[in-house]
Amino acid sequence: MFKITSAVIDPAARKRELEQSAAGACVTFEGWVRNHNEGEAVQALEYEAHQAIAEKEGARIVAEAIERFAITAVHCEHRVGKLAIGDCAVWVGVSAAHRGAAFDACRYVIDETKARVPIWKKEHYASGTTGWVNCATKVAG
Amino acid sequence: MIEVTARYFAAFRERAGRDTERVHTQARTAADLYGELARRHGFADSMTRCKVAINDELADWNVALTAGDEVLFFPPVAGG
Repeated sequence: MFKITSAVIDPAARKRELEQSAAGACVTFEGWVRNHNEGEAVQALEYEAHQAIAEKEGARIVAEAIERFAITAVHCEHRVGKLAIGDCAVWVGVSAAHRGAAFDACRYVIDETKARVPIWKKEHYASGTTGWVNCATKVAG
Repeated sequence: MIEVTARYFAAFRERAGRDTERVHTQARTAADLYGELARRHGFADSMTRCKVAINDELADWNVALTAGDEVLFFPPVAGG
């Protein structure tokens, strides 16, 4: 399952949903808001998504992970809205019979999510300016 | 000429100063329309790094536009 959410992500609760008696491994990834990017001090982040298309594309990624890797469960959740330094912005969890598939599938889901899902990140810098990450289009202020 | 609705997200929305607009255009494809609107609003991102959705489905840039389409322009994504 893939979800866009404005609520705080609860890693412990999400992890419990991966539990299955056939699973011998669980790999989770948490993406946190850090205080710097490309040499600029970052004070806060804002994430925006097109929720319907993001969840549809995310569901495709999750389905691909199930198809490609021998896993028992997978979940990915991504925040939108304003986040503070240290907040969990994205969470991926995979359970599998063995660790190799769990590591590979977790990596696949986070990499594809970053590359394909319509989510955008606006950084608020200590200097008072803002910037949209990865975008060449510049906005005044 | 056809009329379509353009919708902008993230950097495109802020750059254009609006989230949606009606556009009368001779553009035949989403790619043509992006070129036209990028010139009008100063979008600097290469189309190959952006995505387009038509009527709420991700679409190919070369798909032909139809009158009444809602065309969503997505700047380069940055999840994670």
